[in-house]
Amino acid sequence: MSVWHGLVGQRPVVTSLSGAASTGHGMTHAWLFTGPPGSGRSNAAIAFAAALQCERGGCGECHECRTVLAGSHADVGVIRTQRLSIGVDQVRDLVRRSALAPAGRRWQILVVEDADRLTDQAFNALLKAIEEPTDRTVWMLCAPTVEDVLPTIRSRCRLVTLTTPSAADVADFLVRTLGVPDDLATYAARASQGHIGRARALASDDATRARRREVVSIPTRLRTLGAAMSAAAQLNETSKAEAESITTELDAVERADLDAAYGVVERGRKPREYAPARAALEREQKTRAKRRHLDVVDRALMDLVSVYRDAVATAVGAPGGLVNEELREQVTTLAEDGGPEGNLRRIDAIFAAREQMLEFNVPVMLALESMMVSLLPPVDPAGGSGGAGAASALRRRGNA
Amino acid sequence: MGTIGVGALWQAVATMAASSRSSASRGPSPADVLGRITLVTGKEEFLNERTVVAVRAAVREHDAEAEISEATASELTMAVLGELAAPSLFSTTRCVVVRALENLPEESAAGLLTYAADPADDVAIVLVHGGGPKGSGTLNKLRKIATVTEVKSTELRASELPRFVAGEARAAGAGIDEEAAEALVQAVGGDLRSLSAAARQLASDFAGERISVEKVGRYFGGRAEATSFAVADHAFAGRRAKALEELRWAMDTGTAPVLVTSAFAAGARGLARFSGAPRGMREADLAREVGVPPWKIRTLRDQVRGWDSTGLAGAIRAVATADADIKGAGSDPAYTLERLVLTVTELRTR
Ligand SMILES: [Zn+2]
Repeated sequence: MSVWHGLVGQRPVVTSLSGAASTGHGMTHAWLFTGPPGSGRSNAAIAFAAALQCERGGCGECHECRTVLAGSHADVGVIRTQRLSIGVDQVRDLVRRSALAPAGRRWQILVVEDADRLTDQAFNALLKAIEEPTDRTVWMLCAPTVEDVLPTIRSRCRLVTLTTPSAADVADFLVRTLGVPDDLATYAARASQGHIGRARALASDDATRARRREVVSIPTRLRTLGAAMSAAAQLNETSKAEAESITTELDAVERADLDAAYGVVERGRKPREYAPARAALEREQKTRAKRRHLDVVDRALMDLVSVYRDAVATAVGAPGGLVNEELREQVTTLAEDGGPEGNLRRIDAIFAAREQMLEFNVPVMLALESMMVSLLPPVDPAGGSGGAGAASALRRRGNA
Repeated sequence: MGTIGVGALWQAVATMAASSRSSASRGPSPADVLGRITLVTGKEEFLNERTVVAVRAAVREHDAEAEISEATASELTMAVLGELAAPSLFSTTRCVVVRALENLPEESAAGLLTYAADPADDVAIVLVHGGGPKGSGTLNKLRKIATVTEVKSTELRASELPRFVAGEARAAGAGIDEEAAEALVQAVGGDLRSLSAAARQLASDFAGERISVEKVGRYFGGRAEATSFAVADHAFAGRRAKALEELRWAMDTGTAPVLVTSAFAAGARGLARFSGAPRGMREADLAREVGVPPWKIRTLRDQVRGWDSTGLAGAIRAVATADADIKGAGSDPAYTLERLVLTVTELRTR
């Protein structure tokens, strides 16, 4: 199986990259890989790196291919981070390497995943290296969009744009790699909306599916103000718990590493420098935990958006399948209840909450509460809160 | 658990916070602590410290010249234990406070247990366990020994804080109105040490008078949180002029705008949850459902008249928008907050 095997629904990209690797046509010293989250930007970069080092243009079998894919090739350096930013120290290391001749016969390749997280200082250090490449150096930067990278760097890179893979491509990939049944693969592919990692998790993990079911059932449950408040509190809690389950283990490992580095364990006492280092680590971990919480909430919001998008599509009679095919009945009710305008307004409300949380640091709980009450069915001014949705739906139909 | 009769007598020291009738004067007597081990456990560090102080006072009451010392459990070697157990030549009264019992070296545990089984008559030992699962084996063994008195502090729930304040004020010789105690908790927050200090301060400044909500307001009304809550309370009660006046004062005294939006968020959240809660619930259950202390339910019951679902939904949206505005989406925080007050009072149905 060739190194391109893991790239899902990216045929044009594969064609041009494999061409560059085997014929040298369009080859250059700096590449910028962009694409939406989950489309496989860094996988594409690594596959390309393997293809460049391979004698057969990325066979996937030889020693070169296997070591690049495993991350142990001597002439492929990668910056990968769990942190919020990539500092100048990390970059300098790579820059130093870029000046060296490759140990093998082919290329010295440097990959920067999450180039959007480079600090300004790190960017500048990188820029110099990219401006003056040696004959055998290849830089590969990865970022969600070209706007995430400074124009000075952008203009020196050849752009590789990955697209959101189609549901059919993703489903096919899931069947091929995980061996899951067709219907599960189809469900996971649709629900992931083209995010490969998410699709894999949905196809292989019951808990992930259950959490998504919980989120996409919210619109149907939102009947009263009280229900909206509970939905906000519940989403806040479950997403926090999910984020913590990811970070706690990592936190413990880092703390143990720190203790070992300062000899706290073997000597049983703490040197003076330990306390500030520990405090700095805890600050960083707190930032990361908050970031993870936001990531998890954000993903839930995108699942929620998919339900209202389905409702809009149904309301305007758009052809084609729904993202939430299994909820067709509920989606139809939503479509009748709010019409295309009402459901578009709801989508706006979700994006507004997202902006409040991510851009302006509004507490997650408050932003979710504000969002959930905006998703409520319009209230009949004459009636109470109970059954108001049904009443307004009737009114709408009467007017039409 | 091995809490025995004599310990139960002054268990009141630790639990008095939660009970409104007991008083601080009922500390241990010298006989309760000398020739015995006082084991201090539980999560409320402030109450634990109070127990330690009470034991020291009892020892001094017995012998003003008593030798009082402090140690940490990690220093408690066999040699130190042996010294304690040996009959003293000069027979001085001693009180030894051993902290961080969870760090007791494993090899010293047996020695400590042996000493505890037959303690010296003129020595009062206080063992303070810092909480957590560490050292629980030794704790359990200590509890089974007859000469060990455990004084365990229980963590106070938010709803118990006003009663704690009342107890502290009473111990300092002053009565306090229920409303005033609640206002003090709102102004000072949940930290027991700060609450105790605040209650004692009021009691000494208004000696012989009853502490009213106005007196609390006069002393602690300037606190930023209290002011922010006042703005929100006035707004949700529809008192627009009063809310604007409080807001201007809050801004003039340098209250952070984010405190005001967070007070509004708490206010709107409480009302929305309260109005959505099932009817006919018991007050305590209702408080849990809504997520506020029980005494807050009465305020909510008053405020919720004049609000319907649409109004509350609009208020919540307005608060979130204002919060984003003061954090950079808008330009003028003072204007943002004034507009928030106007929006909220406008949304209220008369
Ligand atoms: Zn190969």
